[in-house]
Amino acid sequence: MDTVDSDAARIQEERRKKEQELASLTAVAFDKDLYGESNRFEGYERSIAVNEDEEDQDAGEREVARRLASYTAPKSVMKELPRGMEDEDVGFKKPSKIIDREDEYRQRRLNRIISPERNDPFAMGEKTPDVNVRTYADIMKEEALKREKEETLRAIAMKKKEEEENKALDRGKDASTAPAQATQKRRNRWDQSQDQDSSSKKAKTAASSDWDMPDSTPGIGRWDATPTPGRVAADATPSLSRRNRWDETPTPGRLADADATPAAGVTPGATPAGMTWDATPKLAGLATPTPKRQRSRWDETPASMGSATPLPGATPAAAYTPGVTPVGGVDLATPTPGAINLRGAITPEQYNLLRWERDIEERNRPLTDEELDAMFPQEGYVILPPPATYVPIRTPARKLLATPTPLGTPLYTIPEENRGQQFDVPKEAPGGLPFFKPEDYQYFGALLNEEDEEELSAEEQKERKIMKLLLKVKNGTPPQRKTALRQLTDKAREFGAGPLFNRILPLLMQPTLEDQERHLLVKVIDRVLYKLDELVRPFVHKILVVIEPLLIDEDYYARVEGREIISNLSKAAGLATMIAAMRPDIDNIDEYVRNTTARAFSVVASALGIPALLPFLKAVCQSKKSWQARHTGIKIVQQIAILMGCAVLPHLRSLVEIIEHGLNDENQKVRTITALSLAALAEAAAPYGIESFDSVLKPLWKGIRSHRGKVLAAFLKAIGFIIPLMDAMYASYYTKEVMFILIREFQSPDEEMKKIVLKVVKQCVSTEGVEADYIRSDILPEFFRNFWVRRMALDRRNYRQLVDTTVEIANKVGVADIVGRIVEDLKDESEPYRRMVMETIEKVVANLGASDIDARLEELLIDGILYAFQEQTSDDANVMLNGFGAVVNALGQRVKPYLPQICGTIKWRLNNKSAKVRQQAADLISRIAVVMKQCQEEQLMGHLGVVLYEYLGEEYPEVLGSILGALKAIVNVIGMTKMTPPIKDLLPRLTPILKNRHEKVQENCIDLVGRIADRGAEFVPAREWMRICFELLEMLKAHKKGIRRATVNTFGYIAKAIGPQDVLATLLNNLKVQERQNRVCTTVAIAIVAETCSPFTVLPALMNEYRVPELNVQNGVLKSLSFLFEYIGEMGKDYIYAVTPLLEDALMDRDLVHRQTAASAVKHMALGVAGLGCEDALVHLLNYVWPNIFETSPHVINAVMEAIEGMRVALGPTAVLNYCLQGLFHPARKVREVYWKIYNSLYIGSQDALVSAYPALEDEENNIYSRPELVMFV
Amino acid sequence: MQASDRFNINSQLEHLQAKYVGTGHADLNRFEWAVNIQRDSYASYVGHYPMLTYFAIAENESIARERYNFMQKMLLPCGLPPEREDD
Repeated sequence: MDTVDSDAARIQEERRKKEQELASLTAVAFDKDLYGESNRFEGYERSIAVNEDEEDQDAGEREVARRLASYTAPKSVMKELPRGMEDEDVGFKKPSKIIDREDEYRQRRLNRIISPERNDPFAMGEKTPDVNVRTYADIMKEEALKREKEETLRAIAMKKKEEEENKALDRGKDASTAPAQATQKRRNRWDQSQDQDSSSKKAKTAASSDWDMPDSTPGIGRWDATPTPGRVAADATPSLSRRNRWDETPTPGRLADADATPAAGVTPGATPAGMTWDATPKLAGLATPTPKRQRSRWDETPASMGSATPLPGATPAAAYTPGVTPVGGVDLATPTPGAINLRGAITPEQYNLLRWERDIEERNRPLTDEELDAMFPQEGYVILPPPATYVPIRTPARKLLATPTPLGTPLYTIPEENRGQQFDVPKEAPGGLPFFKPEDYQYFGALLNEEDEEELSAEEQKERKIMKLLLKVKNGTPPQRKTALRQLTDKAREFGAGPLFNRILPLLMQPTLEDQERHLLVKVIDRVLYKLDELVRPFVHKILVVIEPLLIDEDYYARVEGREIISNLSKAAGLATMIAAMRPDIDNIDEYVRNTTARAFSVVASALGIPALLPFLKAVCQSKKSWQARHTGIKIVQQIAILMGCAVLPHLRSLVEIIEHGLNDENQKVRTITALSLAALAEAAAPYGIESFDSVLKPLWKGIRSHRGKVLAAFLKAIGFIIPLMDAMYASYYTKEVMFILIREFQSPDEEMKKIVLKVVKQCVSTEGVEADYIRSDILPEFFRNFWVRRMALDRRNYRQLVDTTVEIANKVGVADIVGRIVEDLKDESEPYRRMVMETIEKVVANLGASDIDARLEELLIDGILYAFQEQTSDDANVMLNGFGAVVNALGQRVKPYLPQICGTIKWRLNNKSAKVRQQAADLISRIAVVMKQCQEEQLMGHLGVVLYEYLGEEYPEVLGSILGALKAIVNVIGMTKMTPPIKDLLPRLTPILKNRHEKVQENCIDLVGRIADRGAEFVPAREWMRICFELLEMLKAHKKGIRRATVNTFGYIAKAIGPQDVLATLLNNLKVQERQNRVCTTVAIAIVAETCSPFTVLPALMNEYRVPELNVQNGVLKSLSFLFEYIGEMGKDYIYAVTPLLEDALMDRDLVHRQTAASAVKHMALGVAGLGCEDALVHLLNYVWPNIFETSPHVINAVMEAIEGMRVALGPTAVLNYCLQGLFHPARKVREVYWKIYNSLYIGSQDALVSAYPALEDEENNIYSRPELVMFV
Repeated sequence: MQASDRFNINSQLEHLQAKYVGTGHADLNRFEWAVNIQRDSYASYVGHYPMLTYFAIAENESIARERYNFMQKMLLPCGLPPEREDD
C-alpha cells in the first residue's frame, strides 16, 4: 500500500512539473500576445531591410556593369547572345515551394479563410439584400463577435496566469489542491468561451441545460453519476484528489465516464451502472482519448498553427469539432505519438485540411434566429420551445459519428474508396491534359473520373472546363499554358466570376504551391480581373485574402505582382467596395491580418489616389472603438509613404494631420506606429515638406523625454528622418536637443535601440547645421566608447549601420580623427572586429583621401593593415583586399618605403600551402599594381611578373584566375615592351590555359590575351595567334556574357594583327556548327573583323560563303551582313551595290529566317546610307521587302516593318506613302489593317513631311476635301 | 489586331500608334481620313512661318488673319460628316 502511495505521489509530482512547464510555455505565448513585448513583426525595420537588400543587389549589378563597360559591342548583339542559355538555367533550377522559405509569421496566411462571397450593394439597386448573402453589416457583426471572444479569452488567460502564480505560491502549503483548481479553471473556461461563441438564443438555452450544471457547481455530485466498477470508493467520497487523478492517467473506464457527462441517460455512453468500457466497445473505440482532452483545452494550445496564439481564424462552430485542434494533444499527460509529431511541424497537407475544415464549418454554422426569421414568412409559423429532454449533441465522439470530417483522428483513417480512380500509377490524363502532381488530385481529381461530358449539366460542364484550363495553366507546357490562359481570359465573362474564383482561389491557398505556379495563377487572376470588371465585387475580399500575403513575400517580384493585382482589383471594384471589403479586417484580432490589410490599403491608395482615401483614413485613425483600428489606420499612412515615395508630397500636410494625434494616444503601440509613420512620411518627402511637420515637432521632442524603450526608439527614428528636412539653423538647434538623449541611449543594451540610435546619429551628423567641433567634443568620445566594441561586429546589421555612421561622422570631422581612433584596432584579436575596422578605414579613405594622415599615423596604418591582411582566416576576404587597395591607392607615392615589405609578404604568401592565401596575394597584386608604377618600382613589378609566371601551373582554378588577373594588371601598367617575362614567352604559356573551363580562369585569361592581341600582337608569331583563334571558338560557348564579349573583341584584335584572311576562314567554317549560340557569336565576330579590317577584306569571302547550300551558313552570312552594316554605318555606301543581288535572293527565299535577316540587313543599310545618294539601290530593295508585309510571324514582321522604317528615313516618307496608298482602302480588311499599320508608323515618324504628299481628294456635295492653299502661286 | 499580336512587340506598336489622333485604322472612311489630312495641313501651315507669309502674300491678307483663318478652319475642315449609309 505504501509503495502504491509513494508511486502515486511521485507520478503526481511529475505530472505537476510537466503541467507547470506547459503552463509556462503557454503563458509566454499569451504574454507575447497581450503585451507585444517581443512582437518582432511590428513596424518599420522589415521594410527597410527589404530595401537594403535591394540596394545591395543593385550595387552588385552596378559593379558587374562597371566592369563590363570596358568592352564595345552593340547592345542588340549582346542581348542576342544569351538566349540559348536561359532555358538551361531554368532547367537546372529546382522549383521551390513557397512554404519552404516562409517564416512562421508569413505562414499565418494559411490561417485565413476564403470567406463566402459578399453582397454587392451596387448591383442590387434599391432592393433589400437577400438574407442569404452576407452584407457589410453581417461581417462587421461577425468581426465584433470575434473580437469580443478574443478579449474574453485574454481576460481568462490573464486570470489563469494569476492563478498559476498563486498556485505556485501555495504549492508549498497544499500540493494536492492546486492541480485540481487548475483543471477546474480550465473546465470553466471552456464553457465561458462557448457562451461567447453562440450569441443566439440557442446558446442561452444551452447555458441553462444540464450540460453546464456541473461546471456552475464546483461540487462534483452529478459528475460522478456514472460510477464505474473500479471506482466505487472514490465516488463515495468525492474528494478533490480524485478529480486530480482523473486528469492524470486516462484509463478506459474513465473515458466512458467522461463521455457520459453531458447527456446522462440520453447518449448510449451514459448507461448509468455497470458501464465498463468493454461493454460499449464501439464508442470507446472511436473516442480515442485525444478528442476528449482536446476539447477541454482547445483554447489553451496556441501553438496549433504556428504562432497564431488563440486560433485567429477559428470560427465559433469550429471549436466544437475535434479536427480543429489536433495539436491539443500536446497538452495531454501522455501525449500520443501523433501529437508529438504534430507539434514539431504540421505538414502542408494538414494545414490544408485544417483550413478546409474551418472553411466548411464557417459555411455550415447554425442559422441564427434573425436569419430564420428572414427566411420564413411571418404568419403561419410558430416558434416552438425545444422539448425539455432535448440536449444538443456536443460530444466530440458523437460528432465524429454524425459527420465524418476530413481530418478524422490525426492518426489514421481508412481511406474512402473511389473506384473511378487509380492510385499507384498516375493515370494518363485524358484529353491531352498535363501531368498531375499528387497534391493536385484534391483540386483536379474530378477531371480523372471518366464521365461522359454529355451527361453533365451545363454548370458542371463549365466547371470542368475551368478546371481543365486551370490545370493546363498550372502544369502545362508553355504553349498549352498560353492557349489556356487566353481562353480563360476570353471566356471570363461567360464563365462568370463565381465559378472562376471558386476554382482559382483555393488553388492559391494550396500549401504546396510553388513560386512558378503561384505566378501563373496570379497572372490568371490579373487577366480575368480585367475582363470581369465590376463583376468581381462580391469576390473582392476572397481575392484579397489570397493576394495580400504576396505583399509581404520575400520575393520582390511577388510583392510587385501582389501590388499590381490589388491595384487592378481596386480599379475594377471601385473605392467603396474596396473599403467595404477591407474595413472589417482593419480591427481584426490577428496582427497578421491587420498588417497585410494596411499594406493592401496603401496599394488601393496608390491606385485610386490618396485624396479619395483621405476621409476614410481620417475616420479610421480617430476610431474610438478600438486601438487596433487606429493602429491600422496609421499604419496605412506609413505604408502609403513607403509605397508611393515622393508622390505623398501634395498630400503631406493632410496625412500628417490625420495621424498626429496618435503621438499622444493612450495605447503604446499606437504611439509607436505613429512615430514610425511620421518617419516614413519624412523619408518619403525628403528633402521637402518640413513645414508639414511643424505640428508634430513639439510632441516628438517632448516625447523623447518622457518615453522609454520601444516608443522612444520609434520617436527617435521619426526625429532622425525629420531633421534632415530642416534648415541648417533649426537642424543644429534640434540636433542639440535630441543629442543628449541619444548619448544616453548609446548605452542601451537593446539591439533595436542601438540600430536606431546609430541611424539617427548618422542623420543628425550629416545635416548642414551641425559643426565638426561639436561632434568632436560632444559625440565622438561617447560614441567610440559605446559602439566601437567587438560585440558590434558580430551582427551584420549592427556592423553595417556602425560603419555607415562612422563614415558619415568622418565626412564631418575628417580622416585623421576617425582613423586615428580605430587604427590600433586593426591588430585586435577578434577577426570580425578587424574586418569592421578595415571596412570603415577603406570607406573613409576612399571618400576623403589620405592627405590628412600624418607620417606616424601612416606608419601605424600600413603596419595594421599588413597585420590584418596576414591574419585573416575567414572566407569573406574582399573586405581586407579592398581596404588594402583603397589605403595604398590613397597614399600613392607615400607607400614607396613600404613596398618592399609588402611585396615580400606577397611573395611569401604566393608560396603558401593554403589556396586561399595564394589567391589573396595574387588579388592584392592586381589592386596595388597602379601604385607600384607611380612609385617607379618597375623592377619590382617585373620581378613579381616572373614569379607569377612561374605559378601559372597552379591547379586551383580560383587561384589561377587571380594569378592571371595579377599578370594582366602588371602588363597593363608597365606595357608590352618592358614586361618580364617577355610577351613571346608569356603568350604560348597562356594558350593551353584557354582550354580551362572554369569561368574565372576563362575570363581573366581571355582578358589578358585580348590585351596582348590589342597592344603587343607583333611580339608573337602569327602561327601562335591562329592556334589561339581555334581555342577562342570554344570560348564562344561560355555562359558568361563578359567572356563571350571579350572573345569576340579578341577576334577583332587578332584579325587586325595577322590580317583577316585566316581568321575569317576559321570563322566561316564555324558557321556550319549546330549550336545557335555558337553561330551567333561567330557572326558577331565576323562583323567585328570586318569593322577592324575594313569591309572589303571580308565581304568577298562572306558573299562566297552564301553559295553554300546550307540554311545555317546562309543565315549566318546574312546575319553577319546585318551586323556588318550596323557597325560600318556610312562606310556601307560603297558596298550596297555589291551586296544587293545577294539580298535580292535572300528576300525572295522560301525560308522565313532568310527574309527576316535580310530585312534587318536592309534596315541597317538604309539607316547607314541615308542622304548619301544610294536611293536607286534602296528603292530596288524596298520592292523586294514590300511583299513581306503580310507575314504574321512576329520576328519577321518586326524586321520587315523596321526595314520599311529605315526606308522612310533613307528615301523620305513621300516615297513610302506612295507604296502605302495602294492598300489603305483595299476591299479586304486584312490588307487594310496592315497598310494602315504602316501608314501609322509613317505618320508618327514624319507627320509634317507628309502634308505635301497626301493625295488630292475630290470635293463631294457637302464636303470640301481639296486643299486649295497648296495650289496658290505668287 | 490578331490574337497572336496581343502579346508581342507589335501590340506595343499599336498602342503607341493609338496615342496619336491622326493615325488611322482599317475602318476609317474617306471623310475621317480627309479631316485628319486637312487638320494636319492647317497645323503645318500655321507652324511654318514662311508658309504663312507666302499664303498671306498670295491672298493679300495679314499674316495674323491667315493664321486665324487656318485655325478656324481646323474646327470643321471638311464640313459636317456625311450621313452613314449603313445606319
